[in-house]
Amino acid sequence: MNTVIFRTIAPYLSALMMVFSIFVLLRGHNEPGGGFIGGLIAVSAFAIYGIACGVAAVRRAMVVHPMSLAGIGLFIAVLSVLPSYLFAQAPMTSQWLIFDFLGSTMKLSTPLVFDIGVYLVVVGAITSIALSLEERDVD
Amino acid sequence: MPFSGVEATFWAMLAPFVAAALAPVLTQKLKHNAAWVLAAVPALIFVHLLSLVSSVASGQTYALGLEWVPSYGVTFSIYLDGLSTLFALLISGIGTFVVLYAGGYLKGHPKQGSFFSFLFLFMGAMLGVVLANNLITLFIFWELTSITSFLLIGFDHLRTASRRAAIQALVVTGAGGMALLAGFILIGIAGGSMEMNEVLASGDVLRDSNLYGAIFVLICLGAFTKSAQFPFHFWLPNAMEAPTPVSAYLHSATMVKAGVYLLMRLNPVMGDTALWTTILPLFGGITLLAGVIIGIRQTDLKLMLAYTTVASLGLLVMLTGAPNTVAVKGAVIYLLAHSLFKGSLFMMAGTIDHEAGTRDITKLGGLRNAMPITFAAAVLAALSMAGLPPFIGFVAKEVLYDGAWNTIGSGFVIALVALCGNVLMFALAMAVALKPFLGEKVETPKHAHEGPILLWAGPITLALSGLALGLLAGYAGYLFVNPMVSAVSGLAYGKELYLLPHHLNMALAMSVITIALGVFAFLRIDYLRGLVDRILTTIGWGPDKGFDQLITLVVRFSDRFTRLVQGGSMVTYMRLSFASVAVMLFVPMMVTGNWPTMVGFENLAYFEWAFVVLAVIGLYAVITAKNRVTGIVSLGITGFSVAVIYTLFGAPDLSLTQFMVETLSVVILALVMTRLDLKPKDVRSKEDRVTDGVIAGGVGLGVAMLLMTIVRLPFDSTLPQFFTEYSYSIAHGRNLVNVILVDFRGFDTIGEIAVVMVAGLSVLALIRVRPKKSQSEKLVEPVKEAAE
Repeated sequence: MNTVIFRTIAPYLSALMMVFSIFVLLRGHNEPGGGFIGGLIAVSAFAIYGIACGVAAVRRAMVVHPMSLAGIGLFIAVLSVLPSYLFAQAPMTSQWLIFDFLGSTMKLSTPLVFDIGVYLVVVGAITSIALSLEERDVD
Repeated sequence: MPFSGVEATFWAMLAPFVAAALAPVLTQKLKHNAAWVLAAVPALIFVHLLSLVSSVASGQTYALGLEWVPSYGVTFSIYLDGLSTLFALLISGIGTFVVLYAGGYLKGHPKQGSFFSFLFLFMGAMLGVVLANNLITLFIFWELTSITSFLLIGFDHLRTASRRAAIQALVVTGAGGMALLAGFILIGIAGGSMEMNEVLASGDVLRDSNLYGAIFVLICLGAFTKSAQFPFHFWLPNAMEAPTPVSAYLHSATMVKAGVYLLMRLNPVMGDTALWTTILPLFGGITLLAGVIIGIRQTDLKLMLAYTTVASLGLLVMLTGAPNTVAVKGAVIYLLAHSLFKGSLFMMAGTIDHEAGTRDITKLGGLRNAMPITFAAAVLAALSMAGLPPFIGFVAKEVLYDGAWNTIGSGFVIALVALCGNVLMFALAMAVALKPFLGEKVETPKHAHEGPILLWAGPITLALSGLALGLLAGYAGYLFVNPMVSAVSGLAYGKELYLLPHHLNMALAMSVITIALGVFAFLRIDYLRGLVDRILTTIGWGPDKGFDQLITLVVRFSDRFTRLVQGGSMVTYMRLSFASVAVMLFVPMMVTGNWPTMVGFENLAYFEWAFVVLAVIGLYAVITAKNRVTGIVSLGITGFSVAVIYTLFGAPDLSLTQFMVETLSVVILALVMTRLDLKPKDVRSKEDRVTDGVIAGGVGLGVAMLLMTIVRLPFDSTLPQFFTEYSYSIAHGRNLVNVILVDFRGFDTIGEIAVVMVAGLSVLALIRVRPKKSQSEKLVEPVKEAAE
């Protein structure tokens, strides 16, 4: 499986998939996509990169331990519940910030933050499973 | 909330918990002198409650509430009447002196801070039990007393006996607590309210309910385990492993009375039935006699006192069950008297242990000159316990004899049992208070001398209170006893209380008999001890041993059961799990006869059929695959076909997810395979293959049929309509699936991602587990088995 072609293509393919996963994450509110699917695409990207270049390379690329990524994700997701308390609304009531930026309408919201959290949890948890299965001796 | 008036009671309930948090810090700063500061907390609570006494005595009751979990009808509410006020006064009043005593008793102990902490947690819990109005709130505090009691009994956790006693107390009272919760819920169903004051106002509703029997049994289980009634009495003497302040506070004066409190509390609405007036006096009477008889056998001061506590609790339960207001009044006064003299005597026993180095009565004697104040306290408390005038104990005994004697029907038996119990109690009181102090000086392990003020302040104050209440019986009757009798009997009660009876009656005669026989028993106590010892040795078995046997039995059973269902073979696990799923899928269809019908297949277009066929081809490839990797990859064919079918039927989100999940599961399964060290080929026997095939086919068919059944149900369009209508207008999103996930049902998603995270952590932990060299042989076996 570990052919030269695959090893050469894999980093570019992974990078492309990463970009795509973020695209899918961000457009999720209106088009098919979202944090969960985006996260799974990103995991596939890491898996491909790992198969081609080894686990150590993936770990270097991820900088932090994938499980901490999942932890951060869960934290962000829970954090997005809080702003509604500031406005004395029911917990998790979504807050929207809609403004014009460079001629297009931007819509930032707590559900988006929440979705990013979901994305990170999925990426972190599943990547860490895949990576630890892939490497045999050290962790 | 205001800091004065009845609403300040909420603050009073909170205060012990605050003190529990501060205690370790204070103890670190002030050492044992922190007790002086900390004792101010219960003292203030006591003063606050005292300020309410006069209005409670005039018949006023208070019910206040804060919302807690409104959706389940749980409120944080309190109810103050004669019963709860007197209990709360005892808890805070005795608590004040116990805190002081603990300051002296555990002086210099490295964990004194946490001890104070546990003690205050307990105090808060106990106040909660007696003040709670809502039954669920009461239950929570009730359990909290069990847990804090566990922590306190096991405080000296390096000793096996302490640990055993702590676990035993927790198991017994915890099991009773479960029964109690069920009983409370049934009361809520039968009585229509979870608020105590509303239940109490419901009159005969509980008695007439057909749930009465069940409620009675469950409440009794809760009360009897907590108040150490026969046959659950064994945990209380074992709890004497705790440091003495704990024994004085929890296991004599307050916690063990929680069961009695509950029975008294429910007496107006559950009492006076044939069941109530039979079971309570029966078990109470047995407990009373068993307590004093086993007590006679003991030589350890604390154990002697512990068994008289068991006996006293039996007496209280017996009197609470008697259908007679005077008997209830006797119980109320006795409860008050008992808390004072027993708390005092326990502290006295602890002081002797602390200063002389032993509490074995046969090794003590002649301490009167060395410890004069402790001696005085012991004598004063013991006179009250023995029921001599002018102590409150005497008043209690007069009233309870009067009440017992005049109980219709069973009066003679109850009076006789009370008399026997009191005779031996008299002897024990004398033995405990006089034996260590009188007679010739005996050499003790430590050179005995009077303890510091922290050690004697409590016993002497409590003992003097017993004297004062006896002398001022009229006031005590008006302020404390009558309001509580009214609360327990459910009728306004206003008879005056006297120290000395105004004319000769049966009760006085019985008192004289008690004293005469008691003195005789005291003089022959060594003979009696030998007698009881011989009898109990002959019997040889008791509930305490029974508890150990039960625990051994449970452990053995769980061991066998675990071996049965957790044999270590993954193949067995998988087969069992999937077979259960198949059974669960088919049984409802069989029972209801609701088999699905084929629908919609004729409407499929040719390209849709193509993907169905592709899925079947994938399945064929999996079954016929020559090696595992081919099999896993072939599984992907089926998965992808299904994903395409999702797209064709307009579920792009689902389809995308399915694609990714399929990809990743193929990758992860392949990785797992490489780690498991499997043979590349499937080496199952033919029989195994058939079994697995049947299970797999069953599950697949079952799921398909379930789906077909669901599709046949009429489509409820309420939710889709709601989501289509509001998805963009209020959630600014056109992708319904995503809007539901992150907005409408966002809380579910939080739960789900938390599960994903925890599952990831668990997998990580499991992968990291490396068998130790010695165990590796054992562990490899099942793995190989799984592979084959």
